[in-house]
Amino acid sequence: MTQPAIQPATERMLPTLTDLNRPYWTGGADGQLHVQYCDACSNWMLPPVATCPGCGGVPQFRPVSGRGTVFTYTTNHQPFHPKIPPPNLIAVVTLAEQDDLRVMTNLINCAEDDISVGDDVVVRFENHGEVYYPVFEPAEAGK
Amino acid sequence: MIDTPGKGAVISGLGISQIGRRTGISHLDNTLAASREAIADAGLTPADIDGITTMGDTPIAEAAQALGIEPSYRGGGISSGGLISPVMSAALAVCEGRARHVLIYRTIQMMGGDMISNAGHAPAAPEDSGFVDLAKSMGGIDEVIAANSFSAVNWLAMHCRRHMHLYGTTKEQLGWLAINSRRNAGLNPKAVYRDPMTMADYLAARMVSTPLGLFDCDVPVDGSIAVVVSAPEYAADCPKPAVRVEAVGTSPGDGGWFRRPDYPKMASADAGAELWRRTDLKPTDLDIAELYDGFTYLTLVWLEALGVCGAGEAGPFIEGAKRIALDGELPLNTYGGQLSAGRMHGYWVLHEACVQLRGEAGERQVAGSPEVAAVAVGGGPIAGCLLLTR
Repeated sequence: MTQPAIQPATERMLPTLTDLNRPYWTGGADGQLHVQYCDACSNWMLPPVATCPGCGGVPQFRPVSGRGTVFTYTTNHQPFHPKIPPPNLIAVVTLAEQDDLRVMTNLINCAEDDISVGDDVVVRFENHGEVYYPVFEPAEAGK
Repeated sequence: MIDTPGKGAVISGLGISQIGRRTGISHLDNTLAASREAIADAGLTPADIDGITTMGDTPIAEAAQALGIEPSYRGGGISSGGLISPVMSAALAVCEGRARHVLIYRTIQMMGGDMISNAGHAPAAPEDSGFVDLAKSMGGIDEVIAANSFSAVNWLAMHCRRHMHLYGTTKEQLGWLAINSRRNAGLNPKAVYRDPMTMADYLAARMVSTPLGLFDCDVPVDGSIAVVVSAPEYAADCPKPAVRVEAVGTSPGDGGWFRRPDYPKMASADAGAELWRRTDLKPTDLDIAELYDGFTYLTLVWLEALGVCGAGEAGPFIEGAKRIALDGELPLNTYGGQLSAGRMHGYWVLHEACVQLRGEAGERQVAGSPEVAAVAVGGGPIAGCLLLTR
């Protein structure tokens, strides 16, 4: 039996936007995911920080490729939130830019049976007002 | 070896209230029942108690007044020792002479593990209660919630999936933990779920967050557990066999829920390593292990964190539930665990370790007079463990 593909969510409990995190959560308006990078340390970092933990410098937001791999995942079946019906596919994705650059996210346009740890995924955005929330779908789905 | 803070402190008194689901018994009544039992068990009266530490469920002022205690030492809340930080604080206080007998209690009312209901229903904690919002202690929780990932079951299911991917750990191996706990719960009159469970029962349970199903999750209950921690010299006067703190292990919780470089390891890995640095004892010296099981998978993680098993080896270790049975090489969660006895949020493991070390466990008593016990509590970025000896 084929599992139905999970669709984008219509509800989210999003973080309060601050000067520090706004570029990350709203940057997807241009279709790209924006992540902080420290030139001096040649290091990408998440979540947003005021100063680089390596050198104390100020890291700058830069667009990333939007490609990544599935690090781990789970299908939630429990209705924890009245407006967010299960099932939903929760995952940690490692961004292609750096092997310790992880985001917690949702996978869409696929079901658990379609994916495995290590699979290639690409970013898509869900628009919630000012926020463009990054979700991921299997890389082949966009072809 | 680094000498451990709190080493030599005596766990002199144990108390446990009625445990049950939706009992209608108030928070305070359960706290008082467990606390009075623990104080009497230690051979003391409320007037002897000069300190209280707690996670803050029943506010210290309220409990102290009702018990007739005037604690000069107060502490608690969650810190680097996780949910059993109040026990570690108490052990330190009695060793430093800041208190002689410290009461610690943990009282629970049907507490679940998700952020939505806990945020909505938790009463605001009074200033002096020592309460620290668990969510605030979890780095990166905003990003976790934004992923429509509201419960520890989701966060730990992902650790479990990664462990399965790396090491071939199986769902059935987790099932043996649930079955072992249910078997032990059958010998514990206080346990909530005591009917036998088979592997077929376990595998048939509805899925909650893949690969974790209903019987991978612990059982919310009402109840209270209290202990008295006394100064080392009280061992000679203690009416019951004195259980001593040999070492404690803690973690700063770096990396939060999904950014530890060594994921799927958790804070428990730091706590376990610290514990063994502070003692000459070795994992092979353990006679029993009482390891947190908010979810089956967490017990597996603690077996590896404490060095009972190497990384990735806990699955085969628990398979068949022979080694971890009451008559096995390392009896595990001998009271039935949170999975079957009830979710006392890390305090029943402590209580049971002491009961077993005293030889007071009745039908479920481990043979051979166990002398060394591991108590471990927590998951994700929250972890604390104790090595206890008799």
